[in-house]
Amino acid sequence: MKICVTAKDKGMDSGIDPRFGRCAYFVIVDSESGSVNSFENTALDASGGAGIRAAEAVANLGAEALLTGSVGPNAFSILSEVGIEVRIGIKGTVADALNAYREGKLEAIDSPNASAHAGMK
Amino acid sequence: MKIAIASGKGGTGKTTVAVNLVLSVEGMQLFDCDVEEPNCNLFLGQELEKVEDVSCPVPVIDSDKCTLCGKCATFCRYNALAALPTGIMVFPFLCHGCGGCGLVCPEGAVQEEPRVLGVVEKGKTTAPLEFYRGLLNIGEAMATLVIRTLQEHIDASRPAIIDSPPGVACPVIAAVGNADYCVLVTESTPFGFHDFKLAVEVVKLMKIPFGVVINRDGLGDSRVEDFCRAEKIPILLKIPNDMRIARLYSEGIPFVEEMPGWKEKFAAMFKAIESGSESGVMNA
Ligand code: SF4
Ligand code: SF4
Repeated sequence: MKICVTAKDKGMDSGIDPRFGRCAYFVIVDSESGSVNSFENTALDASGGAGIRAAEAVANLGAEALLTGSVGPNAFSILSEVGIEVRIGIKGTVADALNAYREGKLEAIDSPNASAHAGMK
Repeated sequence: MKIAIASGKGGTGKTTVAVNLVLSVEGMQLFDCDVEEPNCNLFLGQELEKVEDVSCPVPVIDSDKCTLCGKCATFCRYNALAALPTGIMVFPFLCHGCGGCGLVCPEGAVQEEPRVLGVVEKGKTTAPLEFYRGLLNIGEAMATLVIRTLQEHIDASRPAIIDSPPGVACPVIAAVGNADYCVLVTESTPFGFHDFKLAVEVVKLMKIPFGVVINRDGLGDSRVEDFCRAEKIPILLKIPNDMRIARLYSEGIPFVEEMPGWKEKFAAMFKAIESGSESGVMNA
């Protein structure tokens, strides 16, 4: 199973980024093979619809679970359309987030927990 | 002649100036282009009727024809389309109706359907003035489309006053862009002054002749007047910071109705703008 964590940098030791649409990297970990791949979030600079672009990318990377902090309504509708499980409340590094997920410590959400444009500064 | 009433920020008295001006001159048309918060009718109290819906064409994807190539989603700069492994998902609220996705689709899989995002309304009474306003539905982003549709109702043979939205963003450009003259309404307070200077920059860029109305004159200091004098910007009218005017405003009564001397002042301002002699109006 492929799990996606939103992060500030590449790899397992990178710090997480709780803002889904505006994170710098998606770190995708394959729980079967143990492979770790990091992908730049090209939606980072989008002036609007960043969450849509980000969710589209995560869906096309084949993730089945997304570990992050907050997801807006547009992104959430994509994630649920594709059937990606969304968990929130990550802290620390990507490795920490994965451990918390395995231990069942991350809250599952079935509706958006941020408003559109929440990640814009 | 089309005269836009604008201001760098909200709450400076733009609507007051627009409404009192149309009530001071015979045969005017008033267009409330502040489509997110049209206020003019609070003072006019007209019964309104719908003239037309404002709608934007949004794509509908024919999943039988779509090969999921993703070209449409890549093209859309408003991120209104998402190319997912399961199909193309459309976010109509973000779509600007440019039609580009349909043009780039190699399969002819993009159809369009209209999505209503606002309405143009008109006052039922046509005398002494004709009143139109646009209304953007809550949560919609395309104020400019409503403003453009609204302005199609301008009768060019009669003077038209355009109450512009506040600020200096796209909707303001749409409202003020095709005016023959722009009246900037401001207050002489530090905040008002900052936004006023931004608005001046914008009308200069649009190359529209303009003048200034100072509202609540007496409040604040002389910085707006000093600036106008230095920049040779005509000051068309000063509306004093007057208890009576404030009270009438709060009661929704245009003050020219109760303070008739003001009708002449507004009418004189209009004449001066119309004849192009406004640079001398109040500047002495
Ligand atoms: S019509 Fe234009 S804005 Fe709307 S979805 Fe298509 S490309 Fe995007
Ligand atoms: S461009 Fe046409 S065929 Fe390609 S994904 Fe979009 S709708 Fe489908």
